[in-house]
Amino acid sequence: MNVYPARSNQIAARMLGDEMMIMSPRDATLFSLNEAGALIWQSADGHTPVSEIVQRVCQEFDVEPDEARADVESFLSELAGHRILNFTEEAQ
Amino acid sequence: MTALASVAFEISISIGGLPVVVRTDSSEFSDLLKDRYGSFVNSALDPVFELDVELIPSVTTYEDEDLTVRVEHGRWILDRGDFHAECDPVRRHGWVRQSSNPYSIDGVLRILHSLLLAEHGGLLVHAASAVRNGKAFLFSGVSGAGKTTISRLAPPDAQVLTDEISYVRRTKSGYEACGTPFAGELARIGVNLSAPLEALYFLVQGPENRIEPIQPVEAARKLLRNILFFAHDEALVRMVFQSALDFANTVPVSKLIFTPDNRVWELIR
Repeated sequence: MNVYPARSNQIAARMLGDEMMIMSPRDATLFSLNEAGALIWQSADGHTPVSEIVQRVCQEFDVEPDEARADVESFLSELAGHRILNFTEEAQ
Repeated sequence: MTALASVAFEISISIGGLPVVVRTDSSEFSDLLKDRYGSFVNSALDPVFELDVELIPSVTTYEDEDLTVRVEHGRWILDRGDFHAECDPVRRHGWVRQSSNPYSIDGVLRILHSLLLAEHGGLLVHAASAVRNGKAFLFSGVSGAGKTTISRLAPPDAQVLTDEISYVRRTKSGYEACGTPFAGELARIGVNLSAPLEALYFLVQGPENRIEPIQPVEAARKLLRNILFFAHDEALVRMVFQSALDFANTVPVSKLIFTPDNRVWELIR
């Protein structure tokens, strides 16, 4: 079953140089994501499944699919833990 | 019918080129404001905000009590132990309840300006600032980093705008720093002038004087930690976030490692 990560619309985010800066206005927590993190973040649009995000990471950063899948899932879970992203079972 | 009339005194306090009219029926409080705000008092015809101050008998005040700033039904509600204020950002009008002292209105004005600036891409930064050769420089850092020290060491040809809270306005071509009457440890109010912002330095005391550039991401992170912003409102916080990133992308930001003597000013030109 595919899972679709979706960025929260309760945040402010913007690229600065090579990094994605994200702020949660609720508690002013600040996050900065590197290039790989920014690609995953931008792909988390609610209608791109995790499997496709993994493919994008593999293409862009030349990593093995198993390693990429583990990294992407772990990263998305971490963002979800900070409540700046959530998962849906259907594309939005 | 009896006509009721009360004499109102109006004082226009212009900080960062934004005149705020403070209205009171107490001549004593009016004099106190003129004395407190000195060269920042002017006769503006077109205020950006008007505040009616209702004075209450002096009570035990709690300036250190937690400040809360919230938005309720579109109004800014400001609360601290020593004052309560409500401002309508649409009508550009507010009222303040406090006792007759300069510290409470000072707190209200700081918060009001942080909100007014946020609407226009400006910032209040926990930083000293000075003007030299027609250019403004900001010196930021945590308490103890050296903001007051670098202000004290300023040479005669540099004018200190503030040793505590820097007022940064967005302009068409970049940013400008403006003097404020918000005094820090130097306990003297800044001069009422502004100049284009040349650089922001984060102060670090060290064995020698040198400047190390900081990349925009790190600059934005450091800047966000040093912005004075009080409102617990998501839309306003979002605006401040965007303003900080714009700033970090536009203004050169560096670390200023310095020894506490006046040679450091050889680097600030």
